[in-house]
Amino acid sequence: MAYSDKVIDHYNNPRNVGTLDKAKNNVGTGLVGAPECGDVMRLQIEVDENQIITDAKFKTFGCGSAIASSSLATEWLKGKSVDEALSIDNMDIVEELALPPVKIHCSVLAEDAIKSAINDYRVKNGLPALEMPKSHH
Amino acid sequence: MLTFPIYLDNNATTPLDPRVLEAMMPYFTGKFGNAASRNHAFGWHAEEAVDYAREQIASLINCSPKEIIFTSGATESDNLAIKGVFEMYASKGNHIITATTEHKAVLDTCKHIEKIGGKVTYLPVNEEGLIDLQQLEEAITDKTILISIMYGNNEVGVIQPIREISKIAKKRGVLFFTDATQAVGKIPVDVEADGIDLMAFSGHKMYGPKGVGALYVRRKNPRVKVTAQMDGGGHERGMRSGTLNVPGIVGLGKACEIAKQDMEKDTARLSAMRDRLEKELLTIEESYVNGSREHRLPHVTNISFKYVEGEGLMMGVKDIAVSSGSACTSASLEPSYVLKALGLSDDLAHSSLRFGLSRFTTDEEIDFAIDHVKEAVAKLREMSPLWEMFKEGIDLNSIEWADH
Repeated sequence: MAYSDKVIDHYNNPRNVGTLDKAKNNVGTGLVGAPECGDVMRLQIEVDENQIITDAKFKTFGCGSAIASSSLATEWLKGKSVDEALSIDNMDIVEELALPPVKIHCSVLAEDAIKSAINDYRVKNGLPALEMPKSHH
Repeated sequence: MLTFPIYLDNNATTPLDPRVLEAMMPYFTGKFGNAASRNHAFGWHAEEAVDYAREQIASLINCSPKEIIFTSGATESDNLAIKGVFEMYASKGNHIITATTEHKAVLDTCKHIEKIGGKVTYLPVNEEGLIDLQQLEEAITDKTILISIMYGNNEVGVIQPIREISKIAKKRGVLFFTDATQAVGKIPVDVEADGIDLMAFSGHKMYGPKGVGALYVRRKNPRVKVTAQMDGGGHERGMRSGTLNVPGIVGLGKACEIAKQDMEKDTARLSAMRDRLEKELLTIEESYVNGSREHRLPHVTNISFKYVEGEGLMMGVKDIAVSSGSACTSASLEPSYVLKALGLSDDLAHSSLRFGLSRFTTDEEIDFAIDHVKEAVAKLREMSPLWEMFKEGIDLNSIEWADH
């Protein structure tokens, strides 16, 4: 299967690979997927006092599309408010990376990771957890 | 001089040996006759060429030229053997024994047999990939007509105990068929010494052309027959109708001749290169060879690199062409059923790469592959949350992963 140029670019030059201190109160961590399914994404956000995401990091075990989806997600998250970040839809990722149908689950996983990280941040800061709209694939 | 990508997927297919191509060329143009044309020179030349190929093949596997049935490839040979025996020996029974690590051409044919009223036993394998002979013997009933166990496995290269299996089959009066696609031309295969009744193999796994294969069907002790699966002109002793693929057959014959002549030399070279590749890659932390290392084809190694995903890894090793046990592209997301049958966990199966060397593989290519894989694994582990957890001493089994 041929990968799109954007997937290859994110794979070769992944943005924001790394780890934030998950113990910090203004860091939200989302860990989604499962090793036996061949995809695990960990996405982290750091949020300032104005609810703006100042930093985002990821680590992903998975195929090129999964790596690219999470790399792209961190790019999009930086600078957004937490509320804005919630509006990132997996289909935006599919479109941006030109993912084929068999790779749509990678984008779903990335959206799940974003929401899961935001939820972690919300719960840490005394806010109710949001419902996860999309189920894991 | 290296040219990229470097081809190390020779269990999928091999390049055509130039000597094979040379032998085939005249049969596309000048000597284009139909081997079944009995009344002119065009037909005679074609038939002569086919007969010569039969001898070349027979000489490699130690059978009579008359015992070779030409087909379009190993998949057709597998179908013809299993369905053909099932139909031909219907009055004797309807039970077939095979193994869970067989090629899909065997497994799916067996599924078909079950749909049309047959019974199939799928033997498990141990972590080395080998079947248990006692289990095999216990699985035989008075309705068993065929044992179908592959010679060498396509994914891990494991060689089954063929002679022991055939002894059991003979003792119990059951026919023994082996899919030897990965073995013929690579290791010594002798249908007499091995006690094989039917055997499938193909051209393109041994430096011959695609679209041609053969089924060996024993003519003596016992005389085996299969019911044709295609109706037509009654070619190949009535077992496989269809105009013979003369250039392909000439190519298969030549490939067999070269295999016989070069096998010792090729095997020594290939196993030394494979062992070096394997030894170097095993210096990578948390890497494991899948399947038996003792009972194995000389040119194959299948290695799991824990905490990196196979498809992602393949993208990272884009300068070499290999295949992965991860099936992330398929809708099911199921990793290799062969690796799972060996008892590998899904995540380890997802983390595997298969390397298949050929007689054209060079030491320089292996050097490159070693460095390339080491770099890619290191890079992906840097990106892998599982690797980070492992390094922090977190037991991945203690984490509640999302249900998929």
